[in-house]
Amino acid sequence: MQGTIQNRDAFLENVAKRLGRARKVQLEAPKWQYNPREEYLNGASQDELLEVFKKNGTGVNCEVVVTKKDEAAQAVFAGIKDFGGGPVITWKDSRYEELFGLGKLFKEDLPNENIDVFEWDYKLGRENIERANTANVGITISEISLAETATAVVYSDKDRGRTTNFLPENSIILVPKSSIVPRMTQATKIIRNKFNNGEAVPSCINYITGPSKSSDIEMKLVVGVHGPVKVKFIVIQDL
Amino acid sequence: MAIKTKFAHEAFKVRVKKKMQDSFMRGAVASATDTINGRRVQLIEDMGNWEDLRSHGEEIRRHVLENLDYYLYQFSENVAKNGGHVYFAATAQDANEYIREVVKKKNAKKVIKAKSMVTEEIGMNDSLEAIGCEVVESDLGEFILQLDDKEPPSHIVVPTLHKNKEQMREVFERKLDYNGSSQPEELAGCARRVLREKFLAADVGVIGCNFAVAETGSTTLVTNEGNADLVADLPETLIVCVGMERLVPTFEEMDALVALLTTSAVGQKLTSYVTNLTGPRREGDVDGPEEFHVVIVDNGRSNILGTQFQPVLQCIRCAACINNCPVYRHIGGHAYGSIYPGPIGITLTPLLDGYEDNKELPYACTLCGACTEVCPVKIPLHDLIRTHRQVIVEKEGKVPFSEKMMMKAFGIGTSNFSLYNMASRMAHGVTKPLASNGRISKGIGPLKEWTDYKDLPTPNKERFRDWFKRHKAQQGGSK
Repeated sequence: MQGTIQNRDAFLENVAKRLGRARKVQLEAPKWQYNPREEYLNGASQDELLEVFKKNGTGVNCEVVVTKKDEAAQAVFAGIKDFGGGPVITWKDSRYEELFGLGKLFKEDLPNENIDVFEWDYKLGRENIERANTANVGITISEISLAETATAVVYSDKDRGRTTNFLPENSIILVPKSSIVPRMTQATKIIRNKFNNGEAVPSCINYITGPSKSSDIEMKLVVGVHGPVKVKFIVIQDL
Repeated sequence: MAIKTKFAHEAFKVRVKKKMQDSFMRGAVASATDTINGRRVQLIEDMGNWEDLRSHGEEIRRHVLENLDYYLYQFSENVAKNGGHVYFAATAQDANEYIREVVKKKNAKKVIKAKSMVTEEIGMNDSLEAIGCEVVESDLGEFILQLDDKEPPSHIVVPTLHKNKEQMREVFERKLDYNGSSQPEELAGCARRVLREKFLAADVGVIGCNFAVAETGSTTLVTNEGNADLVADLPETLIVCVGMERLVPTFEEMDALVALLTTSAVGQKLTSYVTNLTGPRREGDVDGPEEFHVVIVDNGRSNILGTQFQPVLQCIRCAACINNCPVYRHIGGHAYGSIYPGPIGITLTPLLDGYEDNKELPYACTLCGACTEVCPVKIPLHDLIRTHRQVIVEKEGKVPFSEKMMMKAFGIGTSNFSLYNMASRMAHGVTKPLASNGRISKGIGPLKEWTDYKDLPTPNKERFRDWFKRHKAQQGGSK
């Protein structure tokens, strides 16, 4: 549905007038003289990128665990226990099983241990948010991962609720090794290319780098202010 | 609150004097700015090509300003294409009226906010409270200030810089029946519990925007707490307030500017959260706003375009200039009386709010140039501050009467040989009663402002001209 635009013409006429020219209706894409963001880890192998990701993802209340696909379920289980158990909330996403082999963990192993697993279901509406709010652990998947800062880039979708990453006390983000790129520069290029190829930009893209934090009280670092208190990145060696 | 804070009613000199006596504040400002600066400098060193990145930031910001109408058009088209509503607000009043209309239509009573300087600038909270809304600040620092009878922020990135944890505990006790300790973790835990309920109950969310991406109609939010995400994801209606200059062509330029911002503002390669919002939630989505409004605010910015002050609009609000300013370090944020303190504040405030009430601000500067050196988008801040002084003296004629008279007297005295001769002969004798051990430490009249902070040597009994004449005579010279 098309939204509305109000007061635009007068506003932009004024801007053009101040700039001392007529309204600009066409503009060639700018060519920049400087290009300093591409040099970093240029040409690094996936193994090198993973090493950098590991190093930068290890900090206060933040950890990186690297595992193989057939051991991923075990690693996620250990991660949930480390965070004190359930309730757990996940997206509705076939990649949990296809890429990481977590189907049995979510459907059988965790319930057998009395750990409640709720799968996001858009048909249930607001209940999803209530479940996310009471969950102890949220588990989501990184689309693109940044080595420089150990950042996960997550996309929203109707069965991939945004708040799964923000409301639970703890967060596990699954990172396919193949998704690691040097830094935000490559991620924005990937997203832009998709857009230029006609794909819609997700309504919300989150770049998530570690837990929620603040230094507003006497510049002392406090971890876990509004969002997750602890974050674990579980990297799956899919290459 | 508008651009002027509640401290602005007092004369600038009175404010400075009061703040200079607040030793806790001065210590806190020094240590906080040193901490942030230390991290920033370290990161820049590790990065290696910081100067190129700054130059890139500068070229992006200049290009956008030169083509601002084009990018604003493109941005608004794309927001609307995605289902969002765009309102172009020429003034603070226009922006507030639109926001009130949106809130009224939703019959909303509970508004939750993330930190946004532009909403402070237009005084949005007061405007919404006047129609019976509860407006809650969710950034931890802003939340504390709001609880403390709406104390203004003293820094644009760390708003609570001037307060200690004991003062914060006392505010929590008074306003939230808190009975815990002053440990930062415990205070933050209390705020988390209180605010979580507010997030879930809010009807309308209001956030700012660090960078608006023209190509996709996306807004960008840079935070560490994650509060802005909860504001953007939970209420049914979201209002994003954007300063009209905060545009970037595409996500790629956003990347460079986010790096410049987080490095300069907090010395982090990236903050915990960077979020791109592109329109309202999509069909079937459960979280995210159903209604997505973008308010683009001019409020005096367009008057700066096309003038010698245009570079000030390159600003990305990182506060590196503030953290490196020797004047800010001594007087703190509140003394400026504007929500924008420090070098950026004394440059921007007179442009947005006029010279009349702000003519002292450009003088709160030693012209040392530290701000210009650290600015990540290369705004020539100290040059602009000097230009302000020129404008104030030459065009506006806003020099204080006493200074005008003094300059006039000085002009007469120095342009007439016999007057100059007499005055310079008298200087020693006239200041003698004020001096002890050859120094003046308690001056009167125009000397007082100097001697309040340091003493002044008394004028020599013998003038240079007389000494020189005598010296030459002793040497037997003829001239």
